[in-house]
Formats: sequence, C-alpha cells, structure tokens
Amino acid sequence: MAIEVRIPTILRNYTDGAKAVEGGGATLEELFADLEGRHPGLRDRLVDDKGLRRFVNVYVNDEDVRFLGGLDTQVSDGDTVTVLPAVAGG
Amino acid sequence: MRFDSLLDSLGRTPLVGLPRLSPSADVRLWAKLEDRNPTGSVKDRPAFWMIAKAEKEGLLTPGCTILEPTSGNTGISLAMVARLRGYKMICVMPENTSAERTQLLRMWGATIIPSPAAGGSNEAVRVAKELAAEHPEWVMLYQYGNEANARAHYEGTGPELLEDLPSITHFVAGLGTTGTLMGVGRFLRERVPDVAIVAAEPRYGELVYGLRNIDEGFIPELYDESVLTTRFSVTSEDALRRTRELLAAEGIFAGISTGCALHAALGMAAKAVKAGERADIAFVVADAGWKYLSTGAYDGTLDEAEKRLEGQLWA
Repeated sequence: MAIEVRIPTILRNYTDGAKAVEGGGATLEELFADLEGRHPGLRDRLVDDKGLRRFVNVYVNDEDVRFLGGLDTQVSDGDTVTVLPAVAGG
Repeated sequence: MRFDSLLDSLGRTPLVGLPRLSPSADVRLWAKLEDRNPTGSVKDRPAFWMIAKAEKEGLLTPGCTILEPTSGNTGISLAMVARLRGYKMICVMPENTSAERTQLLRMWGATIIPSPAAGGSNEAVRVAKELAAEHPEWVMLYQYGNEANARAHYEGTGPELLEDLPSITHFVAGLGTTGTLMGVGRFLRERVPDVAIVAAEPRYGELVYGLRNIDEGFIPELYDESVLTTRFSVTSEDALRRTRELLAAEGIFAGISTGCALHAALGMAAKAVKAGERADIAFVVADAGWKYLSTGAYDGTLDEAEKRLEGQLWA
C-alpha cells in the first residue's frame, strides 16, 4: 500500500480534503479500484466507460499515462501518481 | 545578415550545443534559441503566420481589431505586428502573469482585458470566446485552433532543425497551444524514422487548476496525441532548477518554460545513456529570462524562488 496519489483541488471532496492519498495495485485500473473502496465516487470522476475522462490527465512519475498504457499502465510501490485537470497554455 | 525589415528577420534562429550539460559525446543536447526572434520569443512565428493568413483570406483589413486570449508571448508578438500593420490589438490575459508582459503589451499599444487568476489560461480562453461572440467585428486569430500556428513550425522551425542537425533523434518542446510540437513533430516524423517527439507540460500551482468542474478542462483544438511519443508534467521546482543550471553551466539566460523543456530533454538523455544508444536531442528555448526577472526566479534559493512563483503562470 505505498503508491502516492496526488489529488487536484476540485476532487478533494472525495478525499476529505486530503491533497494526497495512498493506494495499491499492479496497474492504474487496480489502483483506482482500490481507492474507490476508501473514497467512494472518486473513480467515477476519473474514468468513464471509454477509459480516462477527456479532461483528466494522469501521470505516473511525471509521465502521461496515455503514452504508457492508459489504465493498464503498470504501477508499483514507491511510484507517484498525479491527477490533474487539462489546462491551456500559450 | 541583412533584411528589409524587422518582420523579414523572423526565424533562422541559432541551434547551439550544450557541451557541459550533454552527458557524453554520443548523447548530445542542442538548444534552439527562439528568443532571437523579433520580439524575443518563439511566438513570433505563429503570430506572423496567423496574421499573414488572415490578411490573405481577407479577414484582416487596416483598422481591424484583433482579439486574442494569451498568457503573454503570443499577445506581445501579435501586438508588435498589429502596430506595424495598423490593427488594434486586444489581449485577454490572466491576472497571474509577470509584470513585464503587461508592460510590453502596453508598450506596443495593446489593450489588456484581465481574466481571473484562478483557472489560468482556460479562463482567458473562455472570456475571449464570450467577447468574440459579443463583437463579431473583432478578429480572433485563436492560436489554440489556428492551423497557421502549427504551419509556422512545419514550414520554419522544423526544416531549420533538420538542416542544422540531420542526426536529430529527439525533439522536445513546451506544451501550451501545442503548435510547436504539432508542426515540428509532423515535419520530422515525415523525414526522420523513429524520431521521438516529447512534450514538456508545465505543472503550475493549485490555483491555476482551480476549475469549477473537472469536465470544464481545455484541450487545444490543434492537439493530436498521435504526433507525440510521450509527454511529461514538469513541476515549477524542476523547471526553475533547470533554468538556473542552463545559465550556470552553459551561459544561456532563458525563461522558465525553457527549464521545463530542458528537464524533459535531460530525462530523455539519461534514458539514451542507460540504453547505450546515441542521441541528438534538440529542445526549444522559447524566450529569454528578461520577462521573468520580477518573479524572482533567479534570486535567492530555489525554495524561495519556487514559493514566489506559486500561483503564477510562468510559461
């Protein structure tokens, strides 16, 4: 149980205000399922029936999971998972 | 080099090696100095191309008003061209950008409409779209969806890079409108087998992500995920640290978004070393450090600088 998941401000109502929570699993999918047990409703804000929600970006150790394997991206103890909403630059 | 006017001097920027930051003779880093453009940033390229296209299509005629959501550099580039060509310029800019950006925009005669700090550029885009609907006579070039933005890099930055560095293996740039990565990325992919196109996305303080709902995020219309090899999220701390390293080791005084790109470039370099592969990694120096002096990015400890940058849009 030692994958740190950083939660953006707008989703902290699912984590009792916590900026980061911990979870476990071999893949991102498993990790989100594990989090759902303690933070009901969170998974549904991150994932829909097509995979990651369009405006949700998830990074494992700072790399975008859409380029790693999506929800099948492998994770392990010591990894940091960061969830962020998509924002504009320029 | 001689040019008929400042606008004619756009592009053909230097590509300089980084002998001290490159890990070995086989894995080399190269900086494309886009601060050597007319107003001092890479945004001169898309700005000039977008205006030229709008003029060609008859959308822009003398006396017209240009409206654009921008965190700074695109607005500065557009304001300069607008002044020379006789257009009025209105920028919608988030409040949390550096003081120098506001000063430069006003200097070139632009009007600034501030958008709320919370939400960053997403809010600027939203406000600009509302204004455009209320003022159909204004011309919004809209860098996030204007094909001429990416085209400027496909026709300019990309060919310049390949000419100067035929052995290129990686291209790394900051991800904002995505124009640089889409344009250069497509150009290189058509010509360089297995080239890696790597995005470095700034990770700001929490205020910037303060959206009301996660479904109100924003993805630029120009963005095509399939052009990229991968994408990294770079913290303010890492970006600042690399910006300072670039100055200390190589003498290059760059803006903070350059540190963001350099961080990803060094990550790719480390991977190449580990894999025992050769690499020529080019990254974009989007602008110089002048516009960020007031943010305190170069003063005191890294920790202090990071705290001062909290909540600021630094790219």
